Amino acid sequence: MTDQQAQNKIKTEEYFINMGPQHPAAHGVLRLILTIDGEIIKNVEPDLGYIHRSIEKMCERDSYQQIVHLTDRMDYLSSHINNEAVCLTVEKGLEIEVSDRVKVIRTIIDELTRIASHCLWWGVMGMDLGALTTYFYAFRDREMINDIFEETCGARLTMNYNVPGGLMFDIHPNFVKRTKDFIAHFKTKIPEYNLLLTDNVIFHKRTKGVGILTREDAISFGVSGPVARGSGFSSDVRKHHPYSAYDRVDFKEILFTEGDTFARYQVRMMELWESVSIIEQLIDNIPEGETKAATKAVIKLPKGEFYQRVETARGELGVYINSTGNKNPYRVKFRSPGFSNLSILNHISKDVLIADLVATMASFDFVIPDIDR
Amino acid sequence: MSYFSDIYKGIKTLLTGMSVTGGYFIRARKGAITQQYPDNRETLKMFDRFRGEVVMPHNADNRHYCTGCQACEIACPNGSIEIIWDRVVDPETGKKKKEIDKHIYHLAMCTMCGLCIEACPTNAIVWAQNYENSVYDRSKLTKILNQPGSSVLDGIED
Repeated sequence: MTDQQAQNKIKTEEYFINMGPQHPAAHGVLRLILTIDGEIIKNVEPDLGYIHRSIEKMCERDSYQQIVHLTDRMDYLSSHINNEAVCLTVEKGLEIEVSDRVKVIRTIIDELTRIASHCLWWGVMGMDLGALTTYFYAFRDREMINDIFEETCGARLTMNYNVPGGLMFDIHPNFVKRTKDFIAHFKTKIPEYNLLLTDNVIFHKRTKGVGILTREDAISFGVSGPVARGSGFSSDVRKHHPYSAYDRVDFKEILFTEGDTFARYQVRMMELWESVSIIEQLIDNIPEGETKAATKAVIKLPKGEFYQRVETARGELGVYINSTGNKNPYRVKFRSPGFSNLSILNHISKDVLIADLVATMASFDFVIPDIDR
Repeated sequence: MSYFSDIYKGIKTLLTGMSVTGGYFIRARKGAITQQYPDNRETLKMFDRFRGEVVMPHNADNRHYCTGCQACEIACPNGSIEIIWDRVVDPETGKKKKEIDKHIYHLAMCTMCGLCIEACPTNAIVWAQNYENSVYDRSKLTKILNQPGSSVLDGIED
């Protein structure tokens, strides 16, 4: 019997291991039950619920002003955008038109949030693939955005700056100057990011052709955000259903058709430039006006259903409020981008190596509290 | 042949990346260095709007602005604020007036959303810029905001 024949006779068995709930590459308490054969993944089954806080149920208890601060805790990297989603829904129900000043300030802070979120994602993606330096570089620049938020909103992460009808208070006098300083600084740093990671051959080998998601699958699984745009599915809510001041700025929707991990990476890197350009268009002419439209102390939405969607850093966030006319909503449902994006993970990581699964997950940019809520 | 070109490309991009980090290594300025946090407590100052904890300012005569209207208690999403109040007869007018006995603030439960301070009609409570709130016993996080023996300033109505 030759060696070749002996090898063919060896039977391999599938077995399962847990990746998580505490795993450095999962960025939170996400448990993946992997069925593997050697190092080849046969099945990925996400097991959720480790950070479930029943935010939707708590919303039924709270008044409309109080709901806003709970959404900070869903996708904490785009907390301002989540807050805005709830406020836009309530404003839709009350038929309030917020002033131009509020719209512009909200849009600027949205885009700053997006840059901060993408910065964190970029640093962590490099770290997942073994490049620790990216983490420090990204956090250095993210720190400047956090300082802007802290000065204007009072908090760095869970900002709670939006209220139904406008903003809690006006922007800080230093806001415009600081934002301009940051934009000038950040424009010199994106090329540095590219030198460090984007052009690296090892990074290409780890990401190109890994975790390919086709356009058809992206549509049928309800994938949104940069993940869908990396597969050529035009899904930007800012472009297709503009809210706040997005209808008055000029920006491109980044689309790549490869659908692999590297395409998703490139979408986010290009979105950094688009966010910078949106802020540059708005920062110089913030219109004057009131920062808060008059609302009653106790907000009661009329009877009915209200839905509003926004584009967070991860994809499409939908807020559905069912009101019976009381001061509390009857039902609140958040359509979170992370949950829909997670559903595709099993489909695209069959018969790949474990290391490729880590690369794919890094490019999906999961925030686990957003998936669990 | 592609074997050697791969090695060449690998080394080239490695050096490109290292030129960035090496540049910082040589040109490290003061601003690029991490804050020496516990040692810079004297100079470390938070922004004016920083949400550290809720406090109730008192003036020199131990007077505050809180009328006991309970707007903050209603606005709070998770019951961090409790107000114990009573109706006291005003000796001059003979009318009954609401007066706080204790304004209890549970810092441990507070999510720093700022809704209470937005709701306050008399600006009796404000944000303090503390940032070291850790204690060894959680009962220390339940604070009574009005000082003992304090009373509301004359002429403050909600």
